[in-house]
Amino acid sequence: MATATHSLHDKLTGAWGRTLVISVPMVFLLIVFLLPFLVVFKISLSEMDVVFFKDVLVWKDDVIAITLRFGNYIGLTQDSLYLETYLSSIKFAGLTTAICLLIAYPFAYFMARSPADMRPALLMLVMLPFWTSFLLRVYAWKMLLTDSGVFNNIAMALGLISEPIKMMNTPFSLVLGMVYTYVPFMILPLYANLVKMDLRLLEAALDLGATPWQAFWRVTVPLSKSGIIAGSMLVFIPCVGEFVIPELLGGPQTLMIGRVLWDEFFSNNDWPMAATVAVVMVLLIIVPLALFNKYQAESTAGGRA
Amino acid sequence: MKLNAGAVTSKVWMGAVFLFLYMPIFTLIVLSFNASPMVTSWGGWSLRWYNELAKDKEIISGFLLSLEIAFLTACSSVVLGTLAAMSLHRFKRFTGRTLFAGMVNSPLVMPEVIIGLSLLLMLVSVQRLFGFPDRGVGTIWLGHTLLGMAYATVVVQSRLQEMSPSLEEAAQDLGCRPLQVFFLITLPLISQAIGSAWLLTFTLSLDDVVLSAFLSGPGSTTMPIVIFSRARLGLSPSVNTVATLTVAVVSIGVLAASIWISRAERKRAAEMAAAYRAA
Repeated sequence: MATATHSLHDKLTGAWGRTLVISVPMVFLLIVFLLPFLVVFKISLSEMDVVFFKDVLVWKDDVIAITLRFGNYIGLTQDSLYLETYLSSIKFAGLTTAICLLIAYPFAYFMARSPADMRPALLMLVMLPFWTSFLLRVYAWKMLLTDSGVFNNIAMALGLISEPIKMMNTPFSLVLGMVYTYVPFMILPLYANLVKMDLRLLEAALDLGATPWQAFWRVTVPLSKSGIIAGSMLVFIPCVGEFVIPELLGGPQTLMIGRVLWDEFFSNNDWPMAATVAVVMVLLIIVPLALFNKYQAESTAGGRA
Repeated sequence: MKLNAGAVTSKVWMGAVFLFLYMPIFTLIVLSFNASPMVTSWGGWSLRWYNELAKDKEIISGFLLSLEIAFLTACSSVVLGTLAAMSLHRFKRFTGRTLFAGMVNSPLVMPEVIIGLSLLLMLVSVQRLFGFPDRGVGTIWLGHTLLGMAYATVVVQSRLQEMSPSLEEAAQDLGCRPLQVFFLITLPLISQAIGSAWLLTFTLSLDDVVLSAFLSGPGSTTMPIVIFSRARLGLSPSVNTVATLTVAVVSIGVLAASIWISRAERKRAAEMAAAYRAA
């Protein structure tokens, strides 16, 4: 009898504890992550009053009036600058992702095949820049690349060039800065994937007559697909809306939507327009985002298998 | 011969990538000791910019504020992240699990301008209704916690996955209540992951510009906001000195932490082995 009440008590505290453990982070996320998106969507359908945006819902004479203004969305399609900026953001983010993959795949591959006692040190060397300020590392490129910067100074002192090469505020400096910042995000999931790979599969392929090159393309690459997808999404999605790097290293030719959003908000004070830009940006990244979440769910679910 | 060529390629490739990753950091450090006010032309070694930094009230007060926010953020992120990781690891099905997992993971990749703008617009709407909260330390902390929690969850969750469930099951069989199991077994086993999550979220918060810019109010200017506004205008010697100090503190901190963690890990492994032998 005593044990029966004991276990009933345990079950009740267990169920109660379970609800508590789940609901604390859940409620936090609903309020701080999901609700703000709904607010942004609502505000994107309003328009700017003199100092504040007009409310979508108005309670007057016992009647709720809903006024949806699609003016911001129409404005977005009519001004070709917005469309161009979205396309150019996707272009630069895609280019950055491709270059990161080209650099990171061989790197992660060599790292995973290096002696086991070397790997923790190599991993730490990849992570260490990640721990030091991102803002300061982006700023460092500005010093290296400007007209009177370190690269131009050295090249001129060596007599390689007679006048500075324009590198700053070009597509080159933007993509370089984004590759530099995001390449560790590509290396880490690829490494985690490649280091777990069962090398017997490669041996089998070689025994069956595949050349090393064939074995690489037909065994290693397909097996690392989830690492490639995870790394690419970790680079592509934040790059689409990147603000700090285009602001510090970009120039007039490098239209990026993150900067447009920032300017609508901080310079033009047009909050509904900024909200509209944000809603459309979310629509752009929703498919990659879903892919990323699917991968995360799979990698955590499959972790125990 | 062929193997040799492969080994050379591997060394060269890895060396080049490390050079790419570290060259800007070394440049920052060297140029912080530059005597010349022209940041990129060398004028001899000097500590003059460190002297200037010691008198720079804007940066110092920004730094103190950033430390305060980073400390609060690390603590709250680790608590929420551990709870979220436990939920996702332990409970394979509950209502809204997919939504929950999506909301935890999305801030990892979501462009910060979107998170910052939406959080700010919500806070402003709430303030219009209830008269609070004012923008400042509290609102920055809220935004940083959202981001930090996502990172903390990933770190703690991966540790939970490596952990063998047998220890928790044994404790349960021996009559431990769920809460006792958590505090006596689970928490000590994941404490290193919690420690690294704390450090990671601390540095993330210390470094964040975009969320802070959206969520700060008058009088709550963090250090990254000061640095960013100077970096936008051009090159500034003060930024180099801040960078060098940051790199020094972080390298020492990360090295010390990783030595401590690996030592604790070895000790724990030895104790576990001894326990199994005894059994």
